[in-house]
Amino acid sequence: MKIYRIHALICAGGQCISAGGDSFEEALKRAIKEKGLEDEIQVVETGCMGSCEKGPMMVIYPEGTLYINLVPEDANEIVEEHFLKGRPIDRLMWKEADGNFPTLDQVPFFALQTKIVLRNCGIIDADSIEEYIAREGYSALAKALTSMSPDQVVDEVKKSGLRGRGGAGFPTGLKWEYAAQTPSEQKYVVTNADEGDPGAYMDRSILEGDPHTIIEGMAIAGYGIGADKGYIYCRAEYPIAVQRMQNAIKKAKKMGLLGKNILGSDFSFDLELRIGAGAFVCGEETALLNSIEGKRGEPNLKPPFPSEKGLFGQPTVINNVETFANIPFIVCEGHEKFKRIGTETNTGTKVFSLAGKVITTGLIEVPLGITLRKIIYDIGGGIPNGKKFKGVLMGGPSGGVVPASMLDTPIDFESLDEIGSMMGSGGMIVMDEDSCMVDIAKYFLEFTVDESCGKCTPCREGTQQMLEILKRISSGKGAEADLAELEKLGETIAVTSLCGLGQSAPNPVLSTMRWFMDEYEAHIKSKKCIANVCDMK
Amino acid sequence: MKQCCECSSTASSQKEGFENSSDLSLLDPIFEKYKHKAGSLISILQQAQEVYGYLPLSVLDYIAEETGIKAPVIYGVATFYTQFRLNPIGKHLIMLCMGTACHVNGAKDIEEAICDELKIADGETTTDGLFTLNNVACLGCCSLSPVMMINGETYAKLTPEKTRKILKEIRKNDQQQVEEAA
Repeated sequence: MKIYRIHALICAGGQCISAGGDSFEEALKRAIKEKGLEDEIQVVETGCMGSCEKGPMMVIYPEGTLYINLVPEDANEIVEEHFLKGRPIDRLMWKEADGNFPTLDQVPFFALQTKIVLRNCGIIDADSIEEYIAREGYSALAKALTSMSPDQVVDEVKKSGLRGRGGAGFPTGLKWEYAAQTPSEQKYVVTNADEGDPGAYMDRSILEGDPHTIIEGMAIAGYGIGADKGYIYCRAEYPIAVQRMQNAIKKAKKMGLLGKNILGSDFSFDLELRIGAGAFVCGEETALLNSIEGKRGEPNLKPPFPSEKGLFGQPTVINNVETFANIPFIVCEGHEKFKRIGTETNTGTKVFSLAGKVITTGLIEVPLGITLRKIIYDIGGGIPNGKKFKGVLMGGPSGGVVPASMLDTPIDFESLDEIGSMMGSGGMIVMDEDSCMVDIAKYFLEFTVDESCGKCTPCREGTQQMLEILKRISSGKGAEADLAELEKLGETIAVTSLCGLGQSAPNPVLSTMRWFMDEYEAHIKSKKCIANVCDMK
Repeated sequence: MKQCCECSSTASSQKEGFENSSDLSLLDPIFEKYKHKAGSLISILQQAQEVYGYLPLSVLDYIAEETGIKAPVIYGVATFYTQFRLNPIGKHLIMLCMGTACHVNGAKDIEEAICDELKIADGETTTDGLFTLNNVACLGCCSLSPVMMINGETYAKLTPEKTRKILKEIRKNDQQQVEEAA
């Protein structure tokens, strides 16, 4: 093995690339070559490091210097000054408010996180199966295949208390157990990577930064339930994720970690990647399965659940990307170690994409049970430009707004439900005093109306009616009776819609009405938008 | 710059597509590839759109003929998903992100700037066939909001002024290319 003097880890997450990361990398490699340092300095492309708005980002090891917002013109200086003379460049480094230049492990944004799902993101080269293996990758699969029965695998996941990370929080182990117990010649494992929630990119970052962990998690599920075929359904809007996933599948097949008789066992498992064609409702599991079958992505009535009758009518386990990313840790380290993280009923961690009006935005992983205040103020650094915090949106179009008075609510499935929000898949958008709550409710309803598949009436017609009322209110033409009507419509849609999309569609309206009624009333009574967002003619 | 599946081929292959939209034999290798794979209709449509830049009705009919799937079913699928287009698009496809973070950070103002600069609305193409505007749900670049993607390239932290400048520049480069070619 070659020993290098310096390792330069460049973030090749989707957002750093979008911010120009690949042209910086090119320039850096050129500069290293010009100085003849290729044998001393290794440049590694990693997955998402997390603090996305500071991208393009680079970490220099062994010492951990953090460079941010890099442009190609910086490359020569870094090589000349830092790599050759050992003088890090202050103006390019991450700087804390107190004027210090912290290393990666000293920045609160990173130091306050607990990483299980993102354990390899930002550390290994996502395109290298060797680097994944070097970080104990595929050892969970090996352990399952060589020393555990399928029942023991399912039992381990059950005991870990892991709950689905796609939003609803259904116990993963139970889902697996149902599928395992349904007799059938053919079963399937499916990854829901159709992250359609606007303002969320957790799954994107996992797929881009650590694709093998999904393959491993799925293969373990396949062994547990007796499936030999899996599908990953990924949205077309994530081209880098698609490309890295395809590459990872190819490499795993070549190494015999996918395919026939894996690691010399009787277990065979094959994977196929399907690219979604753009429909939010496909995040709903039955709709997604219809889409894999090449049909319109409309949901089916449940029961039967997919674990009984799923893809092509066969028993199917369908889990979200993040859920599968937890599996290798649970199988490798055991359920007890996993349960030590989080709370009793909400074990483990959750990944969030923190965005909106917060100082450090990006991808974070925290233990369940942490408070929103800790996330927004300690990890995210608070609200920029001295503005006042108003609320944080969780769960996207299915979720709700959490107001300032509820910032100490612990983040777990039940507590968030109680205050009219939801865990959701992990989008977290912080809003300050410049955001109007009526406008936000209207924004989400416009989205739902657009994305409603039209199969059931309450969702198709009801959300349209709610939107008309909100449009009236936000243009200064609302009446007081509109508020009661909104509530009634919302409650009806919630109980009568066919699938999760419709059932949760009224949430953003109902939750903003619950916490910010004064804003609705100001729009109606005094024709005033406090945040000055709505056009009150 | 890495390219987007949805639009990577539009700029180059679409021009070809206009000329070749009657050449249905271009679909034959696609049928060959998916002949024995269950549930491949969406994959077939995706690749057909890569070839022609959009999905002309003649292509949908031909897919029906070759796969045995009924034409209304294919039409139903093609109109269900936002990725599929039944009409040709402009040379440059602008995908404007309408995600929540972008919304909170002023995506509406960006949309207004684009519409005013190009005199088109969402879903429309400029009369010179140069630009098409598509509002999309979320590009997953929330930390860089507001964002748009043109021909697979992401433009981040937009302001209305910056947006107008980008569009003007693309138009200028295009004119230069046309002049050079002439």
